[in-house]
Amino acid sequence: MADISQTLKEQILQARQTGQKLNIEGGGTKAFMGRAADTDAGTLKLAEHTGIVEYHPVELILTARAGTSLAEIEATLAEEGQCLHFEPPRFGDGSTLGGTLACNLSGPARPWSGSVRDQVLGIRLLNGRGEHLRFGGQVMKNVAGYDTSRLQAGAMGTLGAITEISLKVMPKPAMSLTLVQDMPMDDVIHYMNSRAKEPKPITGAAWVDGKVYLRLAGAKSAVEATAKKWTGEVMEQGDQFWQQLQHMQHDFFAGDEPLWRFSVGSTAANPDLDGPWLIDWAGSQRWYRGEADIARLETMAKRAGGQVSLFRGGDRTDEVMHHQPRALKEIQQRLKKSFDPDGIFNPGRLYSWL
Amino acid sequence: MTTKPKISRAELAEQFRAFIDPDFVITDDETMKPYECDGMSMYCEMPMLVVLPETAEQVQRVMRICNEHEVPVVARGAGTGLSAGAMPHKEGVVLSLAKFNRILDIDPLARTARLQPGVRNLAISEEVAQFGLYYGPDPSSQIACTIGGNVAENSGGVHCLKYGLTVHNILSVEMITAEGERVTIGSDGLDVCGMDLLALMTGSEGLLGIVTEVTVKLLPKPEIAQVVMAGFDSVQKAGDAVGGIISHGIIPGGLEMMDGYAIIAADDFAQAGYPREAKALLLCEVDGTEEEVHEHIEQAENVFRKLGATSVKTSQSEEERALLWKGRKSAFPAVGRISPDYYCMDGTIPRRHLAHVLLEMEKMSKEFDLRVANVFHAGDGNLHPLILFDANVPGEFERTEAFGSSILNLCVEVGGCITGEHGVGVEKIRQMAVQFNDEELQQFHDVKAAFDPAGILNPGKGVPALRFCQEYRSLEYKQHKHDTVDAAHG
Repeated sequence: MADISQTLKEQILQARQTGQKLNIEGGGTKAFMGRAADTDAGTLKLAEHTGIVEYHPVELILTARAGTSLAEIEATLAEEGQCLHFEPPRFGDGSTLGGTLACNLSGPARPWSGSVRDQVLGIRLLNGRGEHLRFGGQVMKNVAGYDTSRLQAGAMGTLGAITEISLKVMPKPAMSLTLVQDMPMDDVIHYMNSRAKEPKPITGAAWVDGKVYLRLAGAKSAVEATAKKWTGEVMEQGDQFWQQLQHMQHDFFAGDEPLWRFSVGSTAANPDLDGPWLIDWAGSQRWYRGEADIARLETMAKRAGGQVSLFRGGDRTDEVMHHQPRALKEIQQRLKKSFDPDGIFNPGRLYSWL
Repeated sequence: MTTKPKISRAELAEQFRAFIDPDFVITDDETMKPYECDGMSMYCEMPMLVVLPETAEQVQRVMRICNEHEVPVVARGAGTGLSAGAMPHKEGVVLSLAKFNRILDIDPLARTARLQPGVRNLAISEEVAQFGLYYGPDPSSQIACTIGGNVAENSGGVHCLKYGLTVHNILSVEMITAEGERVTIGSDGLDVCGMDLLALMTGSEGLLGIVTEVTVKLLPKPEIAQVVMAGFDSVQKAGDAVGGIISHGIIPGGLEMMDGYAIIAADDFAQAGYPREAKALLLCEVDGTEEEVHEHIEQAENVFRKLGATSVKTSQSEEERALLWKGRKSAFPAVGRISPDYYCMDGTIPRRHLAHVLLEMEKMSKEFDLRVANVFHAGDGNLHPLILFDANVPGEFERTEAFGSSILNLCVEVGGCITGEHGVGVEKIRQMAVQFNDEELQQFHDVKAAFDPAGILNPGKGVPALRFCQEYRSLEYKQHKHDTVDAAHG
């Protein structure tokens, strides 16, 4: 547990002077994400900037330095019967809170519990001028100033180095249970959305290999009563399935085949593309494996009301994120400049033009 | 920032009238008068003109003209804001979105609704009730306030501990940029690639763009909801009881607290059957499936009793539940009855400091010689002190403002913030200098410039010009020192 923000600041100021670029790195478990990192750049290492700064279980709020591992945070929360209910994926022991926010990563409960971005209450950030700024706070409602904390979600470190995060945490559900049944892909979108429309304690809806999985979680009586009313068999070790999904350890994710992520309307018809699919988030997040041309997939994603990105594998020297319309591209370039005038942080990692 | 407009009122009106119904390009003082303020009526200003477009294309053309001539533009919804965020700019245009009042599409299966920004908050839930759905955020002004304004302020309401704020309940917005570009931010999916511009737009108080369409998420209406009302003989005990509920793993749909003053006023007004002798009252609503609510209500009652409640009562019918809420929901007008005027504050604090903050406020109340009643969104730490005053007594509003500003400084001191849901607007712009340092404020200005290079959108609101901040901070410091010395001598 250490606060190395002063060292980080000095490194940024020096980089600014010498014109060096910096790749931001936490636990290094998400190096596969985004476009290939600039090999000429130095590394700004957050891995040692660790520690839970404040945790008030009764307030449901935790503040930790960005390099703190998810494992440490979740273990601390578990002692109080609480959790990160956006179920952040861990791609290794080193996965950190900072990287999770920068990449906006959330697990199977996301449509019901919200994303990591939804839980963020405030951050500290070192911008490209080496200024250590504080935005938001440790309270759930706060509209003072622009929400530059949540702006970081998905920015992949292009606006600065997040050094500290305050976020909302929640009690662990008293019980959870998984229902599983066979279902063809053509029927599953309608089925999952119909279930999600009912006022029942659902916290997971996924489909893979011809089976649909629904998770119920909450008060024991409510979970059990709902399970009786709904079809599907109670799955032995259901929690294990959701953990595999959360951490992308399910067989579907194995191998080197390019992995595409479609973030689309939950009820949209599935893109007409042969190959293996995994549907999560009651239809809002769909994974596809296979070689494909991003422009073609973008057309399909757009038709489904959303976007596509090349999550892992494939050609990472080209764009891997859904293209931005001109006006939004310009705004993001200007925002980048406002936080990082010399373009020090993660050059070209999110888009080639950023 | 903006300079003097390079175009006259008559010329501007003529240009607008070329593509907008001339009746809705308003330039006479009498018709413009209702636009001079929003819900924060102490701050008034007459605009140069008021325009009411009815299509996004018209908004685009208005913005292009204003951007070209560097004319300030203040967007306005229902005008229910409580921080003077929609107060006109005297050399600018008020762009009212009142004509954008249509619900464009409801998708019950996907649980989404596409709305024009002028649709009223409550109208959404009323319209989708037929599908067993509702829209989560429910600010107190929900009868009148519009979804566009909710996006601008990131509105919450009494249910946000469990169901979140506006930012958690919208999927996308269509907006017109300061330069007149029409863009969609967000999608039908739950996230998009790149920076989270949707979060940045939410709560930006009309400083970054004009929202012309909003797609919201809808929630399945809970099977049942019940309220437990608990009275306590001290604020400290009520505060502990809030913690007790949450440590028990229960996340109430709503969790509200009122102090003694507010209890009496609200009960006089609504005859809600509140325990009038109590020093603090908690309303704890639990919603969900029947089984879950039954289980949690029983636990909540036990927790309250164990933690020293002097009275505990649970609603047994929908009518009773509505009555218990009626008192809380009418707390503002109820307080309005016992005082000629009241000033509603909106600070947030970490809940553990509640007792300390209320005690300090009591001291200030004596110092400033003004009464204060408190209602508190206890679940999320959002405090609404209502300062009672009489605007007809010379100097009393100034004293009220000073009292209010001391309260907000106290909120910041204990780790909270100056506004939970009402926004900064004009009203709290000076306190921004207490909450943020110059580097942070400059970063905000730079963010604004990325969206609005000419600085025409709602100038003078939200983020203070740095040159005033130093002065304000030293003034506040002196005031604070003075108070502390007084208190020490007192």
